[in-house]
Amino acid sequence: MTRACLQALFSHWWRNPLQLFTLLAGLGLATALWSGVQAVNSEARSSYDAAAATLGEARFDQLVPRAGDTIPQQTFVALRRAGWKVAPVLSGTMTANGIRVRIVGIDPLTAPGGIGPQALETGTDPAAFLSQPVLFANPEVADPLAGAVPDRVVPDKGVAPGTALTDIGVAQRLLERPGELSRLIIVPRQPMGRPPLDRIAPDLLRRPAQGGSDVRRLTDSFHLNLSAFGLLSFAVGIFIVHGAIGLAFEQRRAMVRTLRALGMPLRRLVILMAAELLMLALVAGAIGVLLGYAVAAALLPDVAATLEGLYGAQVSGALQLRPAWWLSGLGIAMAGTVLAGAGALWRIARMPILHSAGARAWSMTSRRWRRVQAVAAVALFLAAGILARHGDGLVPGFGLLACLLLGAALALPLLLDPLLDVGMRRTRGVVSEWFWADTRQQLPGLSLSLMALLLAMAANVGVSTMVSSFRLTFEGFLDQRLASELYVTAEDKAQAEELQAFVASRVRAVLPLLSVETRLAGVAADLYGARVGPTYSENWKFLDSRKPVWPHVAAGEAVIVNEQLARRAGLTIGEHLDVGQGVRLPIAGIVGDYGNPVGQAVIGEALFRKLFPEIRATRFGLRSNDPEALRAALIRELGLPPGAIVDQARIKAFSMRVFERTFTVTAALNVLTLAVAGFAMLMSLLTLAGMRVPQLAPAWALGLTRRTLGRLELLRAMLLAALTMAMALPLGLALAWVLLAIVNVEAFGWRLPMYLFPSDYAVLGVCALAAATLAAAWPAWRLSRTPPSDLLKVFSNER
Amino acid sequence: MALLLILLLPIPAAAQGFAGMGSDAEGFAVPRPDPDFTFPGDHGSHPDYRIEWWYLTANLEAPDGTPYGLQWTLFRSALAPGERPGWQSPQIWFGHAAVTGPDLHHVAERFARGGIGQAGVRAAPFSAWIDDWRMEGETFDRMRLSASGPDFTYDMTLTANGPLVLHGQGGHSVKSAQGQASYYYSQPHFAIEGRLALPDGEVPVKGTAWLDREWSSQPLAADQDGWDWFSLSFATGAKLMGFRLRGAAGDQFTYATWIAPDGSAVALDRGAFQATPLETTPVAGREVPTRWRVVVPDKDVDVMVAALNPQAWMAVSLPYWEGPVRVSGSHQGRGYLEMTGYE
Repeated sequence: MTRACLQALFSHWWRNPLQLFTLLAGLGLATALWSGVQAVNSEARSSYDAAAATLGEARFDQLVPRAGDTIPQQTFVALRRAGWKVAPVLSGTMTANGIRVRIVGIDPLTAPGGIGPQALETGTDPAAFLSQPVLFANPEVADPLAGAVPDRVVPDKGVAPGTALTDIGVAQRLLERPGELSRLIIVPRQPMGRPPLDRIAPDLLRRPAQGGSDVRRLTDSFHLNLSAFGLLSFAVGIFIVHGAIGLAFEQRRAMVRTLRALGMPLRRLVILMAAELLMLALVAGAIGVLLGYAVAAALLPDVAATLEGLYGAQVSGALQLRPAWWLSGLGIAMAGTVLAGAGALWRIARMPILHSAGARAWSMTSRRWRRVQAVAAVALFLAAGILARHGDGLVPGFGLLACLLLGAALALPLLLDPLLDVGMRRTRGVVSEWFWADTRQQLPGLSLSLMALLLAMAANVGVSTMVSSFRLTFEGFLDQRLASELYVTAEDKAQAEELQAFVASRVRAVLPLLSVETRLAGVAADLYGARVGPTYSENWKFLDSRKPVWPHVAAGEAVIVNEQLARRAGLTIGEHLDVGQGVRLPIAGIVGDYGNPVGQAVIGEALFRKLFPEIRATRFGLRSNDPEALRAALIRELGLPPGAIVDQARIKAFSMRVFERTFTVTAALNVLTLAVAGFAMLMSLLTLAGMRVPQLAPAWALGLTRRTLGRLELLRAMLLAALTMAMALPLGLALAWVLLAIVNVEAFGWRLPMYLFPSDYAVLGVCALAAATLAAAWPAWRLSRTPPSDLLKVFSNER
Repeated sequence: MALLLILLLPIPAAAQGFAGMGSDAEGFAVPRPDPDFTFPGDHGSHPDYRIEWWYLTANLEAPDGTPYGLQWTLFRSALAPGERPGWQSPQIWFGHAAVTGPDLHHVAERFARGGIGQAGVRAAPFSAWIDDWRMEGETFDRMRLSASGPDFTYDMTLTANGPLVLHGQGGHSVKSAQGQASYYYSQPHFAIEGRLALPDGEVPVKGTAWLDREWSSQPLAADQDGWDWFSLSFATGAKLMGFRLRGAAGDQFTYATWIAPDGSAVALDRGAFQATPLETTPVAGREVPTRWRVVVPDKDVDVMVAALNPQAWMAVSLPYWEGPVRVSGSHQGRGYLEMTGYE
């Protein structure tokens, strides 16, 4: 019996291959987008993990110098001899055959577990690590490195991208920094009875695990944005699947009735139908994972470049197909199917055995259902309002997004219906009245795909608004922060002196970049000393300020803080900030500092030099009317390496290139979501087309040609798409606002100003219209070619 | 004592287990019979030999009579002979420290590279250190001793009440029938006094301590896979150092030094020292003998040696058992027991 039943169930798909395709493709695409995004995310994360393991950044507290980037080796020995269990790390970059490689030196004897290279922990002889110099290098840099150092180089995938790990002695030799360390890792379990840290090493700052240069948290927010994208795409896909499953079950009611009348127990029938669905979900999930892999492989290089450019986080551009993705991809496909099919199955299970098997079209037409939908939409909007007002943190931010989107999707058919009603009332003429009425009648059948279209368009509007706003803001920020024409880095203090003397007569201004890592208002921050001049006063724009800002800063009577510091420490204009050694200054300005994870404060140069006399600038901004000539002179006459001189145009170009990459990622995802939505529409129209023959036959019989009917079909799709677009725009803008003003603040610590891009939206509208037209074209064409005999049949065997 | 260390040296040896520990010297100096030690110079380190240790154990007593044991050990293990400056030094140092009571046993371990000042030994004025652990004094006869771990610290003074004891032939101690040997001398006559800081508070203690100095380059034969080492102080004032090296084939190599109350030492004939396990205890997932019968017929010694705390397991990189023992039978007394190679 089971077999016969299964055969009967499968025969439905056999006879409706298009429906089967819709189901598999919808679920497959949804899974693909979801798992593709997850793949990109997890690949990037595992890269950070390798990096964190290499550098001990994530898991261990560390000691870093308060100023500069060097800890004398003697400080390490002094700390050890005082009972502090710390492990030394030296890191720096060297150029090997034209490739920059980060060299990280560790001491395997004192490093806490898990810091070393994986190869070392999996059986390589550690004594060899100590006695014969060896470098464990990420495979991408192993070859260039092997040619450039006298030591053995072993490729090791566990080492962070662009990095080689070696013994600290080897690192000191390769980096030419004998007796120097970069930082000390604090081993978690310390002995009893140690003296306080600041008595042994007052020049060191304790940086908690996960603190400070917290690449992880920053990049997390980028991944969160990506995840939101993936989830959105998945939601769009689930709408499709829900439609396909609902239709298939609806159409099989007659079969279900017959099977049950023949003696098939309901329980077994429901179980078999559920099993059938899960099997389909497995197939679609598998297709989806493979597609997702393709998506991820295409996106990852761009994502890697984006992250590195934005945050300096290094991500390997290579992708591995991990078992976890298979599981999560299949899992999400199953979950989606259960979500989409549960209602249909439930209805089958509750259907009285001899209930009429008539084509009750879509159950959603019921008045009761519409009321439920309206109540749910209102509830979701209310929840969104509450979250926007009282939510705090990233998760409520995303919850707000979800409520907004779902509520809008549910509200869409409820809003479209009265609109169409208005259209109907305002037209005269039989055909146009019929057109409006017929459109209204079709609305329930199309509503799921229209919701998908709405979400896709809203996501497009929202995300492109965010990214474009980000770009505009960042451009302005670059102009402000990269005002000098040339930036020069001296190798040491002596060269810095020489450089200043050399350029004094050749430039309009020399701006030393003085900075020290410190704590301000209890927050880790960088303190800068600025040589106040026209460069600053002309280029810096404040989010908030008490004028005149710069004269007070120059006089050492005021301080400027960046937005990150202001938000984290809850500072406002006029409040006083302790900048060190008890000097308290009022805050005269708050400045936007985009893309920077760390708090910053700026004080006048004179005050800075007084507070931190040991800090000497080795980087300088040079204002020049002829940067090219100056650059040439610096190289030729002062012997500076070309790499030590960066001109502003190049930094800007580099930064903008990073943004173009971000755009590529976003644009690719935009196109994909829109394609999924268009596909949903196509499938809905195709399935509706067959069911609508009985409704169209009378119109045809009354004199409308098949051509006209086809054209009207096309027009209807465009009308609905246009109306949906009209609602997607405000929804998208709301989405953008949430991303910029809530999610971004929670994730990055600063708020992005929102800009509008009407031309972008127009293009998007055209795209959406085109997608809808394309989706409707084939069904319309098929309609115009329907054999008259099919239309006539409606009258001969009316059901 | 701690022959075991060599293992620690371990790193390559660890991979091979206790068997097959480097029995050839690979460019290292090798102990020769009839050495002529010069002090204080020989209290310092001998970087041309592969392994070396400064190994102190103490039997202590609190004012309320509670017995404690204490261990302070500094090992040197060379990857290559000689010394080089900075991180290039082939000398690796590690320290083990422990405090043992009837129902407590705290262990700590440290590692360091030679050449940068984090660990080392200077002969005069004597100083042996790794991190904040120190054994140092103007002379070898009066020293301060300190160590710390996550759940203990101690700070002690050591005062020698007798002469150094040279084991074997004037300090040349043979370890196998094939002739593997080490240089080995002891200072078994320390009085020790100080404070233990434990999680429950400080405990003033006093007692006796035994310091072993040993260095070599090829201490074990290839077929030897562990040893049991005893240092016993009897109420009569006499002391006994004895060990047995267990061969993989079940054969044993035993050796002992008898130290009379006046400090004069006699190397006993091979086989004159017999140690037989009477009872084992499950420790760290294995069976370890924690009650022994020790017999030295020449000296009318027939005693039972029982662990004060059978769970005195040194859970360090290369773990072993080491703890204070009580002696009863023909002689009363106390001492220390070290056992390695129980898998």
